[in-house]
Amino acid sequence: MDKSLEFKEKLSSGFDSLEASLNGGSKLPLHEIRKNSLKFFLEANYPTLKDEEWKYTNLTGLLDLNFEFPDNKSSLLIESELEEFLSEREKYYNLVFINGVFSPESSDLIKFNGIIVSDLKFAVRNYYNLIEPHLGKIINPEFTIFTALNSAYINEGVFIHAHKNKVLDRPVRIVYFNNSDRNYIYQPRNLFLLEENSQVKVIEVYASSNESTYFTNSVTEGLVEDRAILEHVKLQQESKSAFHITATDISVKKEAQYHAYNVAFGSILTRNDINARFAGEHSEITLNGLFLGSGKQLIDNHTLIDHAVPHCRSHQLYKGVLNGLSRGVFNGKVMVRKDAQKTNAFQENKTILMSDDARIDTKPQLEIFADDVKCTHGATIGRLNEDSIFYLRSRGFGLELARTTLINAFATDAVHTITIDDIRNQIEEMIAANLSS
Amino acid sequence: MSTTEINEIEELANREYKYGFVTDIESETIPIGLSEDTVKLISQKKEEPAWMLEWRLKAFRNWKKMAYPKWPNVNYPEIDFQSISYYSAPKQKKQLNSLDEVDPELLRAFQKLGIPLEEQKILSGVAVDAVFDSVSVATTFKSKLNEMGIIFCSMSEAIKEHPDLVRKYIGSVVPQGDNFYAALNSAVFSDGSFVYVPKGVRCPMELSTYFRINAANTGQFERTLIVADEGSYVSYLEGCTAPQRDENQLHAAIVELVAMDNAQIKYSTIQNWYAGDKSGKGGIYNFVTKRGICKGVNSKISWTQVETGSAITWKYPSCILQGENSVGEFYSVAITNNHQQADTGTKMIHIGKNTKSTIVSKGISAGVSNNTYRGLVKINRKAQNSRNYSQCDSLLIGDKCGAHTFPYLEVNNPTAIIEHEATTSKIGEDQIFYLNQRGLSTEDAVSMIVNGYCKEVFKELPMEFAVEATKLLSLSLEGSVG
Repeated sequence: MDKSLEFKEKLSSGFDSLEASLNGGSKLPLHEIRKNSLKFFLEANYPTLKDEEWKYTNLTGLLDLNFEFPDNKSSLLIESELEEFLSEREKYYNLVFINGVFSPESSDLIKFNGIIVSDLKFAVRNYYNLIEPHLGKIINPEFTIFTALNSAYINEGVFIHAHKNKVLDRPVRIVYFNNSDRNYIYQPRNLFLLEENSQVKVIEVYASSNESTYFTNSVTEGLVEDRAILEHVKLQQESKSAFHITATDISVKKEAQYHAYNVAFGSILTRNDINARFAGEHSEITLNGLFLGSGKQLIDNHTLIDHAVPHCRSHQLYKGVLNGLSRGVFNGKVMVRKDAQKTNAFQENKTILMSDDARIDTKPQLEIFADDVKCTHGATIGRLNEDSIFYLRSRGFGLELARTTLINAFATDAVHTITIDDIRNQIEEMIAANLSS
Repeated sequence: MSTTEINEIEELANREYKYGFVTDIESETIPIGLSEDTVKLISQKKEEPAWMLEWRLKAFRNWKKMAYPKWPNVNYPEIDFQSISYYSAPKQKKQLNSLDEVDPELLRAFQKLGIPLEEQKILSGVAVDAVFDSVSVATTFKSKLNEMGIIFCSMSEAIKEHPDLVRKYIGSVVPQGDNFYAALNSAVFSDGSFVYVPKGVRCPMELSTYFRINAANTGQFERTLIVADEGSYVSYLEGCTAPQRDENQLHAAIVELVAMDNAQIKYSTIQNWYAGDKSGKGGIYNFVTKRGICKGVNSKISWTQVETGSAITWKYPSCILQGENSVGEFYSVAITNNHQQADTGTKMIHIGKNTKSTIVSKGISAGVSNNTYRGLVKINRKAQNSRNYSQCDSLLIGDKCGAHTFPYLEVNNPTAIIEHEATTSKIGEDQIFYLNQRGLSTEDAVSMIVNGYCKEVFKELPMEFAVEATKLLSLSLEGSVG
């Protein structure tokens, strides 16, 4: 049998048991989205290198996996393993998922003062009227075959809702944690809704206690209404053998702000699709990213900023450091639609190749249909500047220290605007640790 | 801007295409349609040797298997390849020795285009191999070039007289099955130019060919091959104008350049084919495959293009940098107005060590046109210390046009240094105001600003061409301000 058919069969086999576990949930309109997405998933072609969007990302490795669907029994918690990822608990509102299943014991479920932070299952039962208009409607479930797969299994995940004028006092920390050695498929689904004037900070952490092979296929949707501010940090520390495919779609309304930081350390194959759309004037979007690759890792980042309305600003900075046999892909697109005058869009991709076998394929794109705009993009690829190394060495730095100092400076550039100090410091430490290993 | 100015501009915009006329010359055209027999007929009419026919047939068989390309960022109705006549030659039986023997009607056509052959012969020292429709009709300065051992003749003549050279290099850069239109061209190419510059020779004059599409409904399939042997230098100019037509005409040419050790080739193009009328009716489809290979060490290939015409321009002059220390350059100005569409750019493939490439692309879109830069910089694993600098700027005039940039950078060597920069902007009101208050009309001001914007590219053109390019630029932008 054709491998991709086998893949589809394997991944659709969990649908019936999901349907059975929903009880009354299968009568909700949401279930129609699941069913339609499953249909699309089964009909769509599996991406190959011949598809322009997947030109540099070979997905055949995923076809060989023997997937299993996690259930409630798969959530086996060993507190000590989590400690590393739940440091300074009291500074955050924590939501923890163990092997794909929400763990209420380790999480803080909150509803106070007009802000809801809960797991998606709970939210569907209790706040369905808030969810219904948006879930599966901001992102097109048929965006890619993987978005459709995720949408067919909408169940676990996080729901955040901030009422008008509410500011969440601590950042929300979501930890998707794996400690199993089975070939699980995790499909978290996040929905962030920020009403007018509200402010929320979210940190998504993907982590593993071992180096096993599993597949994370997550989708995040968000709506940032007038004058609201969402800061969204994603820290990907998956196992070095895991597959990590995500899609994010955020809609930003009038005078609102969305700032995303996408940091990737782990996984053998990472693919992030980040789409952000301006739906109101005078708004601002930041999509920054940092990827550190080594071994045979492949990190593929696709971004799209859609300037659909005038007077908006967007800023993208993606930095990569590639070592060993690793490969990086950056495909950033800025779309300026016909009436989006006075657009200001900036995009930059800088990559350092550290080894002879590392490789980067970058494609920064501009599509512009309005004349009164300021749009620039730049891409540079190279190695560390010999003069800078010499300068540091002449001041007593060893070669290794000189190199790590320079790379550290290069890499932290993409994350230094994160406003959550602890996370920024943690990322900077991780960069240093990653480089010295 | 005031209403009078806008009216004035509209008036200018409505001006008919200056070079649109049809020359009344009897041409010999074969019936429309494409099959193996058509290929055989073309080869037979051109009295080609058997190997050439075989080569064409191989290309044709390749072409039949290929899918119609749909990936470029341009829109047009699918071409019916069976409704095109693949060969059209002005009727003339005997070989000509001097200009006097050329059909006076034809000579007048050249004069209308501002290409007085005799005058150019005397004044500018340019040897002109004029291709009228598909067959060369006049070649000048041939004897002078002959003395130095430089071969500059039509492709059909080269196939007859220098078969070894042609056979060795034809298809060596753009193989028969390279892409859909290259395969089509390889099967049915009518004529073109062939240049061979022997070892150590510096070609003393700019070689130039004026292409011209004339008979209605004839696709023009030119094929140019330039070989620069060790240590030689040649500069080649290509410029085009075409008469007005209602039906779209297909032009699928191939240009191949081969530079051996220490050789340099400079290839300049001014393309001003009929772009269609204001509503987007008519105009030429310009689908060209241009590629050069820097085969030897220290060789250099430089492409300069000014693209102002054609309804659709779709081409990527490329350099394969195989020899160590070889250099590839691409300088381009692409202007689209009204309903024109352009998807153009370059490919720089770095294979050898210490190879360098420079890309400067200036796109200007006006009216309701779309202008796309699409380029590839590929650094192979063995290409140590390679260097690339790319700059792609887009200028938008008016709010109904589009500018797109799709650069691909594929880097597989840590010693490479790659820089890519792109900007999109419009002409500032303050800039126009400054020139207005110094007495320049808005039209002149825009023309001056755009010329300044393109200067980086124009300075790469040979003198005579630069003058022509500047004129063309203002002509193409007429009526676009507002």
